[in-house]
Amino acid sequence: MIFSGKVFKFGDNIDTDAIIPARYLNDSSEENLRKHCMEDADESFSTKVSKGDFIVAGNNFGCGSSREHAPIAIKASGVPVVIAKSFARIFYRNSFNIGLFILEADTGGMDNGDILEINTDTGEIKNKTKNTVVKAKPIPKFMSELVNAGGLIAYAKKKIKEGKK
Amino acid sequence: MGRPLTITEKIIQNHTDLSTVLPGDIVNARVDIALGNDITAPIAIKEFEAIGIGEVFDRKKIALVPDHFVPNKDILSARQAKVLREFAKKHDIENYFECGEAGVEHALLPEKGIVLPGDLVVGADSHTCTYGALGAFATGVGSTDLAYAFAFGELWLKVPETIKVIFNGKPKKWVSGKDLVLYLIGKIGVEGANYMALEFTGSTFKHLGMSDRFTISNMAIEAGAKSGIFEPDEITEDYVKGRAKRDYIFYKSDEGAEYAKILNFDTESINPQVAFPHLPENSVDINEASAKNIKIDQSVIGSCTNGRIEDLRIAAEILKGKKIAKYSRLIVIPATPDIYRMAEKEGLIDIFMDAGAVVSTPTCGPCLGGYMGILADGEKSISSTNRNFKGRMGDVTSEVYLANPAVCAASAILGKIAGPDEVA
Repeated sequence: MIFSGKVFKFGDNIDTDAIIPARYLNDSSEENLRKHCMEDADESFSTKVSKGDFIVAGNNFGCGSSREHAPIAIKASGVPVVIAKSFARIFYRNSFNIGLFILEADTGGMDNGDILEINTDTGEIKNKTKNTVVKAKPIPKFMSELVNAGGLIAYAKKKIKEGKK
Repeated sequence: MGRPLTITEKIIQNHTDLSTVLPGDIVNARVDIALGNDITAPIAIKEFEAIGIGEVFDRKKIALVPDHFVPNKDILSARQAKVLREFAKKHDIENYFECGEAGVEHALLPEKGIVLPGDLVVGADSHTCTYGALGAFATGVGSTDLAYAFAFGELWLKVPETIKVIFNGKPKKWVSGKDLVLYLIGKIGVEGANYMALEFTGSTFKHLGMSDRFTISNMAIEAGAKSGIFEPDEITEDYVKGRAKRDYIFYKSDEGAEYAKILNFDTESINPQVAFPHLPENSVDINEASAKNIKIDQSVIGSCTNGRIEDLRIAAEILKGKKIAKYSRLIVIPATPDIYRMAEKEGLIDIFMDAGAVVSTPTCGPCLGGYMGILADGEKSISSTNRNFKGRMGDVTSEVYLANPAVCAASAILGKIAGPDEVA
C-alpha cells in the first residue's frame, strides 16, 4: 500500500506511558485513546495530527508496558504507519496484530513537517520535502501475512473457516 | 543428539510439534497459562468475542487478575473490572481472583502455584517475564494476542536469541536482586536485550532467595528483553513444592548451547543502585545518588518488582522505631493478601504505621500512576517499582527514582535519597 502524509518527529525511547498515559487506561474506547495520544510527549499532538500523517521516531519506540492501547491510540489518530530506527518488541507485535504498519528505517534525515510517501510493500520511503529515499528493513514473511489478513483476529477467523481447529 | 539448546529454546520447542527450533524461527507455541488484568483483558475479551469461537480453549489455563485499578478507583475502572468478572462467570474461569483474594498478578500467580517451572506463559502485561524466575518461559504480549490464546491455547512467537548474564560472588549487605538488575540495565541499556532472552546464572544466586530472582526476571523487560530466565534448582524446588497442584519440569540449558553474548559481573563490587529519571538505565551507585542531596516527597514500597514479604521485612528492619521525614509520604503496598497477612502477623504493619506510613491493600496503583500515590507537579518519589518514565507516577513534571526497598525506607526517613547505612 502507498501512504502519503507529513511527519511528526519524536526522539528515542518514546515509552507507552508517553504514547498513552496510564491515567487514561480506565477507558479503552478509541475516542478516549485518540484524544490523549502522545500527550506526555507532545501535549497538542491530538489537535495537530491529520489523517494520513506519520509518527517518526528514533530508537526503541514503544518501550515499556504491553498496553495495546498505545498502537490503538495511534491508529485511531489516523496515523497509518510508524517509522522508527527500532521498536520495543511488545509494541512491535501489538501493531502487527491490530494492523498498524511498522517500519524500521534510518529516520535521521526525517524532520517535523517533512512530506513522505511510503510504499509498505517495497519498504521504500520517499522524503518529498528533502528529495531523498530511505529503504526500510524488510518485514518478516509471517508478519506481512498477518497485516495482509487484516491483523491477528482476521487471521484467526480465517483459520476457523479453514477448519484447522 | 541434536543441536544443543538453551533452556528457553528447549521450553519453546517442547511446546510445539517441532523436532528443533532455531533463534529467529516463528513458531506456534502451546500456552500453559494465559493471563490478563483489568486494563488489558477487557480489550482481549472484546477481541475474543470478535473471533466468534464461543468457548475458551481451557478454563483452567486462563488467569484473570484485576489488580491495576482495584478496589476500583472510579466508575470507568469499575466497568472494566466488571467485564472481567462477567467473562470469568460466563466461562467459569478457574483462576479469577476477586479483590480480597486478588493481589498484584506477578506476585499472586507464583504464590498460588498457578505458574510453574517449565511452563510457557503469555500475559497481557509486560512484567509477565517475572515467572522466568521459576524456570518458565514467560513473556508479555498484547490484548489481541491474549484473545488468540484464549481461543486456541497457542500463540505465535519468535524464538529469541539468548544473552547469558553471569553474576558471581556474594552480594554486599543491602544489595538485592533489584540492585543487580538495575546495574545490568545500566550497563546494557533499555534496549540492550530487545527481542532477546536473558538467562541469569552464577554463584551469586546461591546467596539470594526466590524473591530476588522474581525481581530480576521482572525487570528483564526494562532492558527490552522478551524474557528473563533462571535455571531451576533446589531454591526453586523449595518455593514450588507445596504450591504446585500439577506436574512441572525443570529444564536446563545444554552444554554447548549458543548464546548471542555472555556477560560477566562481579557482584562483590556492586553497591545498592538508584535509577534516575526518566529511564531505568540511568542507574548510579547509592553513594553517588545520596551525595546529590535529592529531596523526596514520597517513597513507595511495593509492586510486582518489590512487594513480597522479603521486601517488607527489609523495609521494616530499617523503619523499626523510626519516623519518616516531616512533609513526606511513605506508601507500603503488600503485593498479595497472603503477604499482607504475614506482614501483619510478623508485626511489620505496626512498624510501618508507627513510622508514619500508609499501608494499602494489594494493588499496582501508584507504580503506573493509576491511583493511591499520584505525584503533583514537580514532586519526586523514590520507588521500589520498575519504571521511571516521564510522568509515570503522575504529573509530567514529576520524577521517579528507582531503588530497592532498603533504600526506599532509608530515604523516607531522611526525606532525601539515602542509603540504609545512613539511618543505622
